[in-house]
Amino acid sequence: MNEDIFQGYKGRALELLKKFNARVWAQVKVDSTRGEFEGTILPRAENTDDRHIVIKFFTGYNIGLDIDTITNMIEVGYKKAIYKIPEKEFPYSADKPNVKLLGTGGTIASRLDYRTGAVIPAFSPGELYGAVPELADICNLTTEKLFAVFSENMGPEQYKKLAIAIGQEIEKGTQGIVIGHGTDTMHYTSSALTFMVQNSPIPIVLVGSQRSSDRPSSDAALNLMHAATAAAHGDIAEVMICMFGPTSDEYGFLHRGTRVRKMHSSYRSTFRTIGDMPLATVTRKGVFPIQKEYNKRRNDKNVKVMPFFEERITMIYYYTNMNPDIIDMLVEHGYKGIIIIGTGLGHVNKPLYPAIERAVKKGVAIYMTVQTLWGYVHMFVYDTGRDLMAKGVIPAENMLPETAYIKLGWALGQTTDLEKVKEIMLTPINSEITAREPYNGYLIYQGGVPEVEAFIRSFRK
Amino acid sequence: MCWKKLILRPLKIYQYPMKERFDPERNYAETRKAIGYLPRNQATQADYDRIGFMSGLEVHQQLKTKEKLFCRCPAGLFQKADEYDAELIRHMRPTLSELGEYDGTALMEFKTRKEIIYRIKNETACTYDVDDTPPFALNREALNISLEIALMSRLKIVGEVHITRKQYLDGSIPTGFQRTAIIGVEGEIWLRKKRVRLIQLSVEEDSCREVSDIGHVRIYRTDRLGMPLIETVTYPDFVNPDEVREGADYIRFINRSSGKVRTGIGSTRADVNVSCRGGTRVEIKGVSHTSWMPELVHNESFRQWALLHIKELLKERVQDPKGWRINFREISLSGYKFLSPLIPHDVPDFKVYIVNIPKFQGILSHFTQPGKMFADELTDRLKVIACIEKPNMLHSEMFEDLAGETTWDKIRKGFKSDEKDAQLIIWGPSADIPTALEVIEERCKIAFEKVPNETRKSFENGTTIFERVLPGADRMYPDTDSAPIPIEEATIQKVAGNLPPLISGRMKQLIEWEVPQDTFTYILKHNLVPLMERITNDLGISPRYVSTLLGHSLKHIQGQVHRGNDFSFDLIYDLLKFVVSWELDLGIARKMLLQLYEYPKMDFESILVTLDFKVIPKEEIEGEIPFLVSKYKQIYTSSNEGAGKRWVMGNLHTSALGNVSLKELSEKVIF
Ligand SMILES: [Zn+2]
Repeated sequence: MNEDIFQGYKGRALELLKKFNARVWAQVKVDSTRGEFEGTILPRAENTDDRHIVIKFFTGYNIGLDIDTITNMIEVGYKKAIYKIPEKEFPYSADKPNVKLLGTGGTIASRLDYRTGAVIPAFSPGELYGAVPELADICNLTTEKLFAVFSENMGPEQYKKLAIAIGQEIEKGTQGIVIGHGTDTMHYTSSALTFMVQNSPIPIVLVGSQRSSDRPSSDAALNLMHAATAAAHGDIAEVMICMFGPTSDEYGFLHRGTRVRKMHSSYRSTFRTIGDMPLATVTRKGVFPIQKEYNKRRNDKNVKVMPFFEERITMIYYYTNMNPDIIDMLVEHGYKGIIIIGTGLGHVNKPLYPAIERAVKKGVAIYMTVQTLWGYVHMFVYDTGRDLMAKGVIPAENMLPETAYIKLGWALGQTTDLEKVKEIMLTPINSEITAREPYNGYLIYQGGVPEVEAFIRSFRK
Repeated sequence: MCWKKLILRPLKIYQYPMKERFDPERNYAETRKAIGYLPRNQATQADYDRIGFMSGLEVHQQLKTKEKLFCRCPAGLFQKADEYDAELIRHMRPTLSELGEYDGTALMEFKTRKEIIYRIKNETACTYDVDDTPPFALNREALNISLEIALMSRLKIVGEVHITRKQYLDGSIPTGFQRTAIIGVEGEIWLRKKRVRLIQLSVEEDSCREVSDIGHVRIYRTDRLGMPLIETVTYPDFVNPDEVREGADYIRFINRSSGKVRTGIGSTRADVNVSCRGGTRVEIKGVSHTSWMPELVHNESFRQWALLHIKELLKERVQDPKGWRINFREISLSGYKFLSPLIPHDVPDFKVYIVNIPKFQGILSHFTQPGKMFADELTDRLKVIACIEKPNMLHSEMFEDLAGETTWDKIRKGFKSDEKDAQLIIWGPSADIPTALEVIEERCKIAFEKVPNETRKSFENGTTIFERVLPGADRMYPDTDSAPIPIEEATIQKVAGNLPPLISGRMKQLIEWEVPQDTFTYILKHNLVPLMERITNDLGISPRYVSTLLGHSLKHIQGQVHRGNDFSFDLIYDLLKFVVSWELDLGIARKMLLQLYEYPKMDFESILVTLDFKVIPKEEIEGEIPFLVSKYKQIYTSSNEGAGKRWVMGNLHTSALGNVSLKELSEKVIF
């Protein structure tokens, strides 16, 4: 018997289905100790038990039946559902800019199989046009699926491929790039692309969604429209993340790829620029710069693609009572670079010093960033800091930990000369280190304060 | 048998002599007669059978839990409309149907862009409520109450509860869908004369309360959002309006008999589904009084019957419905001065259009509901779908013709209208005009085919207006954020072992107690049988007395004085206990109850003081009798013994109340 007709069922539930010869998608009458039930057998989701069978009741609701209560099942019909995303040809108009959407596997637009709940990504221009027809008012869109991995599985291999693909698009004369990406590691990718694709003449916009597009309140469609607008019509030719500004459906932010971080596990407005202002706001009407200085769109193709990455690097988050053997182990295992995320101004405890010293002696590049995320590493202020520097730990200024991690991999991918690595690390490519922190680069208001409450009440943020 | 031929013969529209004007009032009256509309008090079962009346219920009942269903916000705390800490904006985007099509009207509604604003109060809503955090585990307390009521409704309990998403595009839930889950399927309730089958009972999250809906902005508050409620759905087994009410009451009694549901305004709401033969299931939303139901379903069934009559009329007049189109043209206000008071003058870019609707003479003023005609179907949709506030149109068949015949003649001339055409004047912000025109054409085209599938809002007078288009069949899908919850046999056994007596059992109990019939509804509605049992068992007071104290006296009091905030039925137990322990006569309880209802915090002794009560020994009161009798004989010469007795009792009333049974005392008054 073909296993496929019992989609997702295993163990005792599978035995029972086999016993009564009832397939998935069969309409069945079920006798049970709790009474008679009728419905269509649905596939069973992964990671669920083997004690229940799921049927769709005629009202559209799904219910599970306990197999221990089932005494008989009779198949009275069969109707397999084939679920497909409709395609509509994406309209082309000569007066609109050409935008390329590169897919990485994140589902910016997706559809849900109404019966099983399985998410089907919408990706081809036709599918996207079917889902977000407004895109055709913004640009001519073509798409290319580079790979299909979940956000958490993005890594150096993908960064390099993306960089090369972007280079090729620029060579072809594409006027803007949109990259569909899962949100969890989007800021790693935006950092990597900032370093790997330099001097881009066109906008490179990463976009995702915090709520899948199968729900009416999804942020996906609006994010996609904002990203397409920024890519097609924006004047900012940098690597950017485009996601909701406030949680309201109002405007998006364009964040510089190196200064941005996902700051909430589920909010729509989860991406925030850290230690600076965002680059711009974006609505369907256009891009409205906040930063005065940015790389402007150009007509040339003088992009510099640098797809390098040393994978034997790591990040360690310092905690009280961290033991030196952690660092020794990393060195033993051949790690060539370590980003330490230290406390306060960039500190770790004394017992680590000998291990750090040993690592530096072995030629491991060690850089210091801060757990506070906002602010600079200042290792001159206390003795501990000065000691660390003397032992060879290099302060990474106000580089965000994830950005520093990506940059170190990229730098070590180009050279093993640690002096050169240091020069690369400390020479900002695009604001990963800023000379100054503006006063409004750190705005985390706290609820309950009357003036803050008044602001929130009136501005729908 | 073809029912159309038998029953729905299109009415021959009255042939007006040349030059005689079309008379909309006459047309209205004649079409009402043609479809056989009767007021409800004249309608019999035969009338409902004639139009194929069919109705089912979806009864919603809030559960009395401490917290909301999918988050840990408190349930049952409410905010005033203008009381909020933050607002946020969402737009609801229709998702594609399974066939890859957007529902026509949903898309139209989307194009007009409703801005949904949520007013959030920190105490009552969290990031889950506004869809910025995934759901927490389903509230167990709510699950257990649902299970209990499902068992009382004789439903078959599922083996595993699956959380499902049910789409709503009106914004009443910030996610755009309601999380809901079936607890049991296929049950039954027994009304006086018949069995009504239940389809299912689900536990689900309540929606937001609407603050306002004006133009393109709809405002909601999020306090009620996410509160657990159950929905009991019946099959469409009701065949007349009174049965609908009886069914709704019965389901309410079951829910309340658990003692674990909320009571009070808005805690019980029913959606009533109605159709007539050949009609469509139309959902009358959120009816909170069961007493309103009969009139509402009566009128809705006849509205559908009227729409089917319109369909037949149009079939005769229009051979090619597919090619049928309205014509329209923009006009300047200058030639239409009478519009000035109807039109808002603070809206920039305001446009006025005239519309010709071919072959719709006599349709616009066709009867639909008492006081309503087909033209109302258009104006209601202009408001909801095109977001143009009322008044938003004038038409050529208004009883009170503001435009005047010369205006209509001018319009007809411009369109070169056929004399069987009807005309509209519509207006609105120019951005909304394309939708408005689409809405009019779409609704008219539906009239050729069927009764549209929609939800309707109810009014106390028994009429309804268009609320929204019902979302398509694909509105249900699994909630990928929640794991299924198994319901073990042991759990069911445990809940089943502690069920309160069934409603049928309670009724039997009331009959055994010889409680007056007219108190049943009050007692069951407020779940008072357990209280009556306690009073009878603990205090030895007869259930018959308690039933009239509750179902007559208290019910009467409730209509007379304002309810004190802390009043609860349990206080009546304390009151009667006090009366018994002070060895007062029960007769005073009614008077004390009046005070107690208004001032529940007042202690019982103080209530007695306010009633001027003094303890007087029975003998002392009885001792007054001979004196009063002789006094009466002195004053009055009437030989009417009854009058004398009444006079004596009247004099003794104040001192006797609470001290001695008035009945007993009266027996001792002998002339
Ligand atoms: Zn909450």
